[in-house]
Amino acid sequence: MIENRPFLNMAAHLVLILGVCIVALPVWVAFVASTHGPTAFMSGTIPMWPGPDLVKNYSQMLGAGVSTSGTPPVGVMMFNSLIMALSIAIGKIVISVLSAFAVVYFRFPFRGLAFWCIFITLMLPVEVRIVPTFQVVADLGMLNSYAGLSIPLIASATATFLFRQVFLTIPDELTEAARIDGAGPMKFFRDILLPLSRTNIAALFVILFIYGWNQYLWPLLITTSSDYYTIVAGIKRMADAVDGLPQWHLVMATAMLAMIPPVIVVVAMQRLFVKGLVETEK
Amino acid sequence: MKRTIFSNQLLPWLLLAPQLIITFVFFLWPAAQAIRQSFLREDAFGTRTTFVGLENFVRLWNSPEYLNSLQVTAVFAISVTVLSMGLSLLLAIAVDRMIRSTRVYTTLLVWPYAVAPAVAGILWWFIFNPTIGIMPYLLGQIGYDWNHIQSKSDAMTLVVIASAWKQISYNFLFFLAGLQAIPASLREAAAIDGAGPVRRFFDITFPLLSPTTFFLLVVNIVYAMFDTFGVIDATTEGGPAQATNIMVYKVYFDGFVGQNLGSSAAQSVVLMALVLVLTVIQFRYVEKKVAY
Repeated sequence: MIENRPFLNMAAHLVLILGVCIVALPVWVAFVASTHGPTAFMSGTIPMWPGPDLVKNYSQMLGAGVSTSGTPPVGVMMFNSLIMALSIAIGKIVISVLSAFAVVYFRFPFRGLAFWCIFITLMLPVEVRIVPTFQVVADLGMLNSYAGLSIPLIASATATFLFRQVFLTIPDELTEAARIDGAGPMKFFRDILLPLSRTNIAALFVILFIYGWNQYLWPLLITTSSDYYTIVAGIKRMADAVDGLPQWHLVMATAMLAMIPPVIVVVAMQRLFVKGLVETEK
Repeated sequence: MKRTIFSNQLLPWLLLAPQLIITFVFFLWPAAQAIRQSFLREDAFGTRTTFVGLENFVRLWNSPEYLNSLQVTAVFAISVTVLSMGLSLLLAIAVDRMIRSTRVYTTLLVWPYAVAPAVAGILWWFIFNPTIGIMPYLLGQIGYDWNHIQSKSDAMTLVVIASAWKQISYNFLFFLAGLQAIPASLREAAAIDGAGPVRRFFDITFPLLSPTTFFLLVVNIVYAMFDTFGVIDATTEGGPAQATNIMVYKVYFDGFVGQNLGSSAAQSVVLMALVLVLTVIQFRYVEKKVAY
């Protein structure tokens, strides 16, 4: 603060409180809706304060689901989402850290070409080439499987660049020392590089977990069997199915359950999250 | 460039193999297919395909629906970017003034990043639901009849709000980091010279923030163009009457629902060209930032 202006401080607090309220509004409304019974919405407007049915609605969704909507219980969908988010996050980190190691610590023919192949994936987001990618996955028989949900999404130029950046800052003396001590490349990788990039890996994991959990179009297309529905994609199917008889309290309970895990990750690991966000955009 | 390297020749290829295989199978091959398909046309039964040259592109260019989609995308991307960046900058400036409460406010503002676009769409759809939502009720009190199922502009407003809301936390974090990187001494000097808070903002803070602003501009446009599929699909599904049919949604819709593979592939190629341009802009900027 440059100078003390009580009026401006007041105004700043006011703006922030207003901002926090606007940001929280949709979630509050969803939360309130998810604690009422089905009759609360008949009156014309949604209530603004929580009702009595919180435990009932959530346990119904987690355990049994809505039988008429064709979606499995939310518990199953959350488990699928968890598998997909973890596979994408871990898969991306593993293959990126390996390829960054190869690109930084070795000289081999076509090194530049390999680097460009990885780089070009930045320009091909899945939404853009959705039809042919779907065909490839269908031809490989990967529809309705955890492999189909995660593997096509795990190539990552951003993560490779990030690790390349990290490795370039690691002093050459460490490599020399390791070589003098007789360490081969893989021992050097395991005992020196990986421990040194531990916080970067953790920060990246937070971002990628959220990325994986929030995937929508891809799981929507390649899961036709309800056993593999993820919660973010399933929620739309549920909202569509209940449209004739709007069970808003149950749809909103599902929406709350869909956002709780990633929100907890962001809030609990805020420092790693901010680090990951800033690093992946460099 | 490393001076000390390992001399193995086979090992680096083994290390690169997983990444390269996935890139080829799920990125380069489908992209090549899209380009190939964009020059072909299938007959109604999918039995015969013929080479039609640039006809798919010419058709796109002459299709009022596609031109409408281009326009909708532009309006949508600009509205989301301006709304989200404007609000975030205001919030970041307010937090930057705080001393003790920075962390609390930051935590309260960053969590929407974790909400999936599709879920954000569902939430706002519920709030704006014409029969039971609270916003139509409040708007009705001041005499506005909200109905995003029939009104084109209401539908656009809805998807813009939902998409901008989701992006506020991201912009906020980068603006706050940008503001905190500006040396306090510059603003102190200006204050001693008698510049008030408004003058200081426009003459010092805002110009020094321009690298952040430019970076966010590109990121937000990319976000609005490519990552908002979930918002659209969960709320308006491109309607009413194509009013929110942005390009990414149209590629999906024409390819999977309309089964018009040639047209969808041509649209994919156009989108790839757009991403290419945006990526180049982003990287040129990053290089400049390094040179500072």
